[in-house]
Amino acid sequence: MNRIQELFKQKKNNILNVYCTAGYPQLNSTVPVMKALQDSGVDMIELGMPYSDPLADGPVIQASSTQALANGMTIATLFEQLRGFRQQIYVPVVLMGYMNPILQYGFERFCQDAADMPIDGLILPDLPEYEFETEYGPIMQRYGLNFIFLVTPETSEERIRRLDSLSTGFLYAVSSSSTTGKDKDMNAVNNYLQKLQDMKLKNPVLVGFGIKDKATFQQACEHANGAIIGTAFIKALENTSDIAGTTKKFITDIKS
Amino acid sequence: MTTTTYQQPNTHGYYGKFGGAFIPEMLHRNVEELRSKYLDIIYDPAFQKEYKALLHDYVGRPSPLYYAKRLSEQYGTQIYLKREDLCHTGSHKLNNALGQILLAERLGKKRIIAETGAGQHGVATATVCALKGVECIVYMGEKDIERQAPNVARMKMLGATVIPAVSGSKTLKDATNEAIRDWINNPVDTHYIIGSVVGPHPYPDMVARFQSIISEEIRWQLKEQTGSELPSHVIACVGGGSNAAGAFYHFLEEPGVQLVAVEASGHGVHSGMSAATTQLGKPGVLHGSKSLVMQTEDGQVVEPHSISAGLDYPGIGPLHANLYDSGRGLFLSATDEDALQAAFNLAKKEGIIPALESSHALAGLEMLSPVTAKKSEAPIPAKAMFTKESTVVVCLSGRGDKDMATYMKAMEGK
Ligand SMILES: Cc1ncc(COP(=O)(O)O)c(C=O)c1O
Repeated sequence: MNRIQELFKQKKNNILNVYCTAGYPQLNSTVPVMKALQDSGVDMIELGMPYSDPLADGPVIQASSTQALANGMTIATLFEQLRGFRQQIYVPVVLMGYMNPILQYGFERFCQDAADMPIDGLILPDLPEYEFETEYGPIMQRYGLNFIFLVTPETSEERIRRLDSLSTGFLYAVSSSSTTGKDKDMNAVNNYLQKLQDMKLKNPVLVGFGIKDKATFQQACEHANGAIIGTAFIKALENTSDIAGTTKKFITDIKS
Repeated sequence: MTTTTYQQPNTHGYYGKFGGAFIPEMLHRNVEELRSKYLDIIYDPAFQKEYKALLHDYVGRPSPLYYAKRLSEQYGTQIYLKREDLCHTGSHKLNNALGQILLAERLGKKRIIAETGAGQHGVATATVCALKGVECIVYMGEKDIERQAPNVARMKMLGATVIPAVSGSKTLKDATNEAIRDWINNPVDTHYIIGSVVGPHPYPDMVARFQSIISEEIRWQLKEQTGSELPSHVIACVGGGSNAAGAFYHFLEEPGVQLVAVEASGHGVHSGMSAATTQLGKPGVLHGSKSLVMQTEDGQVVEPHSISAGLDYPGIGPLHANLYDSGRGLFLSATDEDALQAAFNLAKKEGIIPALESSHALAGLEMLSPVTAKKSEAPIPAKAMFTKESTVVVCLSGRGDKDMATYMKAMEGK
């Protein structure tokens, strides 16, 4: 059992997972941002690995990726930054990224290094289930990494059950079929989350995409174990010179 | 079924090691809908009837297979040009756009999106949307909008909305990203007409089938003109690889036919300003499939360069990655300068002004002819060289109208 399973054992509701981009806003702000998030009381961190062509991301997260790459962020640099980070960061951390940079780094080497940090799980939106089952899933399992699949309102019930059975840690419910950072119709989202709740899935469910403030966070938490905030936090970091202060204010506004 | 041929991928969309559908879950429904239905729809007799009739009456097919006498003399062999440049809208791109609009109609889609580089696929898509009265949105890199102004105007005149892609490097790769993001945000009513044999399965196979009309015609046209269906060589340029896939398709399982793909090497393969994907790329995932991708050591996709916007793409379709990997295809490259020379040569020798993309295929003649034997950056096996008796088919994928600004600049420079 790792930190994710531990977290969900202790806390079933209102889990706040916040996304940040490695190497953003400055190359060396990765760990300080994570520390600020933890100090502000977030339950989990989704750490994005920047990529030149992030298909599932909207303009704000794309721009943070572009900035992080311009700052010099790479997977190798990220693992250097993370070495020893568990002396300060105890919340679960999942890495989010796209397949291509990981394939270049070497998939197995990547999993081994991630497990060494240790990282708790992976979200790779462009890794489909067929390739997961036949090639990459067994490698992640060997290194004890959770793998989190996404489901959307367009995902059939049968497929939701399948992806739930393949996922470990939690299931990522995308609030509507869209890239990150789009505003959502929260009523439609409610019905979909209600459906997920009624399905009594194996994994806890965290809702992502379109969660941006206290109201949307609370609404998402009514039908799920918690929610993930990305775009709104990246926006908050955009022009800040005070990472700790900005993060504290942002998280306090959501949790108050 | 797990067997793969050069022609068709296995059920998971793999050509050898390349292909698949590396898509986020948000695209699953759309891609799965397409995958489960495309073959039934395409091979439905009513579909075939409408498609064939429009290819004939609207596109203007069959496109001629023209014996280029003076070019043949110049290169000491027998050269035939497959005249896709004479298709309506000026390139092979319409074969695919037409097939896909008929498919979209049968899927009940009301909104069409497309990406375009040079603008030829954008124009082809805008054209078929006008034909069917369907809304059309074309994503085009901001940089390409500047350098391909006449095609932007054509798309607008045809009623399409052209949206500049301002992310990343602002060219074809980014226009493709934006089109995919649009599809993610519009999961129900929209069909994405991809312009080449790239993207997640089933796109590479579907687009190859729509373009395969090119080699289907070459076979019977050659038979009529020479008595034999099989050429010794088929030469085509490769951006994503759709005209090449179409020209190779019915020869892929004929080992006696030498398939030659010509990529754009810009200022030279190792100049840092090139789009020669097989020479510079490594296996990776781009736009939903595993293929060869030009990228940094860290796996970030790099911006390619070619004088021809249609070849300015950092990947190639998985069908071609497999032809390269297996050795079935010979991959050459032509520089910007080689392509310009080939364009001016064809204009003077045959009275045909080719598209810059197609000029890369013509530049391949210089390297394969024992008369000119121009040095190639990729090694050419002796048996691939032409003889006097070779029957060489070059896919002339498009006409040069859209490239006149570039040609005029080249003439001023002389
Ligand atoms: C005339 C012409 N030929 C070739 C291409 C390259 O595409 P593909 O490799 O898919 O044939 C283009 C793309 O715009 C084109 O316009």
